[in-house]
Amino acid sequence: MKKIGVAGYGSTKFSKHETPIEELLVESTKQLFETTPNLSQDLIDGVLVSTNDNSKYLAAILSEMNGIKPKISHTIEHLCSSGTNAVISAFSYIRSGLADVILVTGGDVIGNPGQVLEWDNSRGQFNHPIYWGSMFTKAYKRKFNTTEEELAIVSAKNHRQAIDNPNSYSHEPYTISQILNSKIITDDLRMLDCSYPCSGGSSILLASEDVIKKFTDTPIWISGIGQKTNSASFTKNDLTMLSSTVYASNDAYKMSNITPSQIDVAEIHDAFSVCELMAVNDLGLSDKDSATEFVRNLFNTENRKINPRGGLIGAGHPLGATGISQIIEVTQQLQNCAQKRQIDNTQKGLVHNMSAAATSSTVLILES
Amino acid sequence: MNKFQQELKNGNFVISECINCEQVVWPTSNYCNLCHNRTTWRNAKKTGKIIEFSKKNEEYFGLVEIEENLRIMGKILGNDTPVIEQVVHVENCSFVKTPEFTFKLISN
Repeated sequence: MKKIGVAGYGSTKFSKHETPIEELLVESTKQLFETTPNLSQDLIDGVLVSTNDNSKYLAAILSEMNGIKPKISHTIEHLCSSGTNAVISAFSYIRSGLADVILVTGGDVIGNPGQVLEWDNSRGQFNHPIYWGSMFTKAYKRKFNTTEEELAIVSAKNHRQAIDNPNSYSHEPYTISQILNSKIITDDLRMLDCSYPCSGGSSILLASEDVIKKFTDTPIWISGIGQKTNSASFTKNDLTMLSSTVYASNDAYKMSNITPSQIDVAEIHDAFSVCELMAVNDLGLSDKDSATEFVRNLFNTENRKINPRGGLIGAGHPLGATGISQIIEVTQQLQNCAQKRQIDNTQKGLVHNMSAAATSSTVLILES
Repeated sequence: MNKFQQELKNGNFVISECINCEQVVWPTSNYCNLCHNRTTWRNAKKTGKIIEFSKKNEEYFGLVEIEENLRIMGKILGNDTPVIEQVVHVENCSFVKTPEFTFKLISN
């Protein structure tokens, strides 16, 4: 079957500014056009937009603002994992033969409506993500005897790594002590244990192997895809395990014919500190039930293998842009152009993106 | 506003169930998610057990299992620290902008 890869990318800086969604989207595509050789509007068959914004017809708007007249254009919304869902749709269009080149642009504005799933009556009045984050954290601490310091290490690591990400909304080198003493959100969450909603836009260009060499000498191939949706409502799921992530990663590893031990770099959906501990275990990246030791070792040795751009906690979380931004980071790592964030000898990378308390997950495997 | 929300507004905690599949359909729906037959509505049980809890601004909140396949988040009243699997009573339910549930600890 035809291989499909990342041919180009662009991103805005993530910020707390209330920039209009259309501006965020077009700014990230402007950078993509500027940095992708030989790309012209007429070569783009499809334009997909991933967002939680209420604005309508954004893919057509973005197409017009870029002078593109695509065969395929529409919006994809899937809460926090809208970005990777849009990429998988683009992949499928190309694999099916309906398109050769697709622009995928994701973005959201701070305060976007994607944080709260109004349909989910089972959350009662506790419908903000901090409440499921608190349930996960409390249950995880109870099961694994995890300390608050061990949770704070995740945040300290990711904030430290975000310093070298020029698009990150935060460049503060928070210490473990500062994190432990940050504002109390609930008994089980501090402010700096939480990812921060912000404004941002990210774009990637996907192309088939037939045409990709026109745009890049170093294509990064999407070799594995896994997705799983368990439910939309939060209250049906295990509180100490990301079961949708387990399913999705098994499928992604199988499709790419690799094992977790072969992953050199991973972007993990650290919506809260505890999510990174759960994910590294459930993706098979750490030894079973030793996630805290695994992450502590990364922190102590300044190993950037997990969330080199700073994760959601350090880089910020503009929902529709997040998954695409994760893919850009892994692409740059595999192209050996991640500058100060570069990890040595990376050949295989993983992206983990999830929605609504891991009721659904997406896992992608990328290879050079 | 759906039936669940409308009834909550009147202080009634009703749920949907499928007689055919003998299961509660939750969150509530007019149709069973297994056989797609129309569900029937009944009052939910008034007691449950604590699955997990935390605290915000001196107020406990948590996830409570009312019956099989039916868990809901709500406030937990009382100064005592809740205990996992502790039995609670549905003290109050209403609908303002969202469903609102208040549980009272009744035993250790």
